[in-house]
Amino acid sequence: MEAAAGGGCGSGPPLLLSEGEQQCYSELFARCAGAAGGGPVSGPPEAGRAVPGAVTAAAGTVADLFRASQLPAETLHQITELCGAKRVGYFGPTQFYIALKLIAAAQSGLPVRIESIKCELPLPRFMMSKTDAEIRFGNPAELHGPKAQIPYSVTEKNTFKRMDDEDKQQETQSPTMSPLASPPSSPPHYQRVPLSHGYSKLRSSTEQMHPAPYEARQPLVQPEGPSSGAPGAKPPRHQASLIRSFSVEREPHDNSSNYPEEPWRITEEQREYYINQFRSLQPDPSSFISGSVAKNFFTKSKLSIPELSYIWELSDADCDGALTLPEFCAAFHLIVARKNGYPLPEGLPPTLQPEYLQAAFPKPKRECTLFDSYSESMPANQQPRDLNRMEKLSIKDMADFPVPAQDVTSDDKQEQNKARLALKSTVDEALPKDMSEDPATKSGLLPPPPALPPRPCPSQSEQASEAEIHPQLNRAPSQAADSSPTKKDTPYSQPPSKPIRRKFRPENSATENQEPSSTVGGPASAATGKPHTAVQKQSSKQKKAIQTAIRKNKEANAVLARLNSELQQQLKEVHQERIALENQLEQLRPVTVL
Amino acid sequence: MAVCVAVIAKENYPLYIRSSPTENELKFHYMVHTSLDVVDEKISAMGKALVDQRELYLGLLYPTEDHKVYGYVTNSKVKFVMVVDSSNTALRDNEIRSMFRKLHSSYTDVMCNPFYNPGDRIQSRAFDSMVTSMMVQVC
Repeated sequence: MEAAAGGGCGSGPPLLLSEGEQQCYSELFARCAGAAGGGPVSGPPEAGRAVPGAVTAAAGTVADLFRASQLPAETLHQITELCGAKRVGYFGPTQFYIALKLIAAAQSGLPVRIESIKCELPLPRFMMSKTDAEIRFGNPAELHGPKAQIPYSVTEKNTFKRMDDEDKQQETQSPTMSPLASPPSSPPHYQRVPLSHGYSKLRSSTEQMHPAPYEARQPLVQPEGPSSGAPGAKPPRHQASLIRSFSVEREPHDNSSNYPEEPWRITEEQREYYINQFRSLQPDPSSFISGSVAKNFFTKSKLSIPELSYIWELSDADCDGALTLPEFCAAFHLIVARKNGYPLPEGLPPTLQPEYLQAAFPKPKRECTLFDSYSESMPANQQPRDLNRMEKLSIKDMADFPVPAQDVTSDDKQEQNKARLALKSTVDEALPKDMSEDPATKSGLLPPPPALPPRPCPSQSEQASEAEIHPQLNRAPSQAADSSPTKKDTPYSQPPSKPIRRKFRPENSATENQEPSSTVGGPASAATGKPHTAVQKQSSKQKKAIQTAIRKNKEANAVLARLNSELQQQLKEVHQERIALENQLEQLRPVTVL
Repeated sequence: MAVCVAVIAKENYPLYIRSSPTENELKFHYMVHTSLDVVDEKISAMGKALVDQRELYLGLLYPTEDHKVYGYVTNSKVKFVMVVDSSNTALRDNEIRSMFRKLHSSYTDVMCNPFYNPGDRIQSRAFDSMVTSMMVQVC
């Protein structure tokens, strides 16, 4: 660890860093240095010569980091000047630390002066953008070491500023899977990694990993500087806040002792995710999902049909062909586990039994604080927030599902990319678009309640084929229960606008033409939707006409057949009479002839 | 108690057939196949008018030297055929009926699985285990 905190800078005062700050800065520095490849940086060549052995931070990444602190440009310039980087031409450890301290000072509102860094300051805050985070943190799979975990905790803590002491308890039980997640300020990353990597890592090495980071963390915490109880507690609290924010595994301790099968335990966040997915298929959490709906949904996981069949067998405890919420959670969990490489159990594990699930998580609509925290960075609108969350979650899940199986369809990819990039914009677009689209698409999709939300373009092509099937099935306007099955037609990234949809539906249904089976079509524009529906209407009308004609013909056929048989009978009788008469004639004739 | 259990689809192809491994399986397959004729005969003998009252349990289809074959038909023309050992005289009609009922309920459970397409071979482990429990005692 670069412990040259105090000495190196020529003009600056001896730098006193608290333990937490020390840790934080060193990680940030390591990260910047690591990102740069550890080499020297832009600057006068003599900089490299001057400090041949020292690690320097790349100016580019440092600049990014500073910009992430969201201070105005002049302030950043001042800071760079003051910390001495301009003078020496590079960002050595001392300069970096001074700069960070100055940033913290500036963020706290203090003037950017050398003197201001002498006092106790909170850690500087960096709002990472998505791309920066990606560049910085690279492939999450590699970040296995404890060192890598800590920067996340730092930034996580910085971003959310949560220090919960009570979580200290939980952290002893919860595994350190959360640190593997990508930076928290970008929810997609957060979700993606836990699901794909964290769980597999988690399952395989829950207990072993846990003590390791703690030990690793200890050496990193330099005992120098003023070490009070608070800074000492900071590292655990880092993790605590991290864990809290990610809300990974929070089972009470006694539960884990009763049920040692960790892979089959559903965590809080998983539970939330499953519940949201359930709601996307069926808005009423106390009701159930029909078999066909669930089948289509789970088929998207790209597991083989026999496996899915077996998973269903395991999870549908009452064998009624429908999944209630706990059954659905169990099934989903089994699928997730299977995707992560776990063999399916012989019987339903006790932690996945419906009774257990219902008892353990009585409130299906538990508000996870995690998502509350995200709302800060999301648009204030409730529904877009849900959409974002769900889209991100579901996108991550979509990313999960194809990635392990390595057969990402182009549709999926396209959808993921589009959804990710245009996330916020589509949210805003989708809402007004829905209004305009509803009249056009609804007529095709389904009569009232269920109408498929015209998802932003890429997903629609996928939905179109599925949508066609369902309009036929779900004709009845009054059946709200059907709304979910059809809603589920859209790929994982569906839900949240459902609630919106339903409000609009009543108005639209009245004006709606109840004709079924109009494909949504590719482009999500009302104009193209209408010609489609018009064409479809005609063809469906024709179909109906043909069907009625067929029916009539059949009836006519039956009538005629009956008539035919009767006439045949009469003909036979007449024939017989004729024969009889001829006979009589024959008998009589010889007499007359003679 | 059963030596061989078979589930035949409406089109008379087997959805599931399993026999206890002591004897030549082919023989049992053949017996089941021939019993289908008897089943069809019994079904058609009921007549169209009696369709509603038709019993699902067909009873003893035909006895052979050392086996007896029992039949059961569902309303969707799926047939269950069971071959039992003749030496097992303790088996009464009611027991056979109850066994068929169990088979039928397991079959409906398999049907409830949305991933099961009617007409596929039955690969449900629950169904397997249920059949095993019925057959285990023989060996």
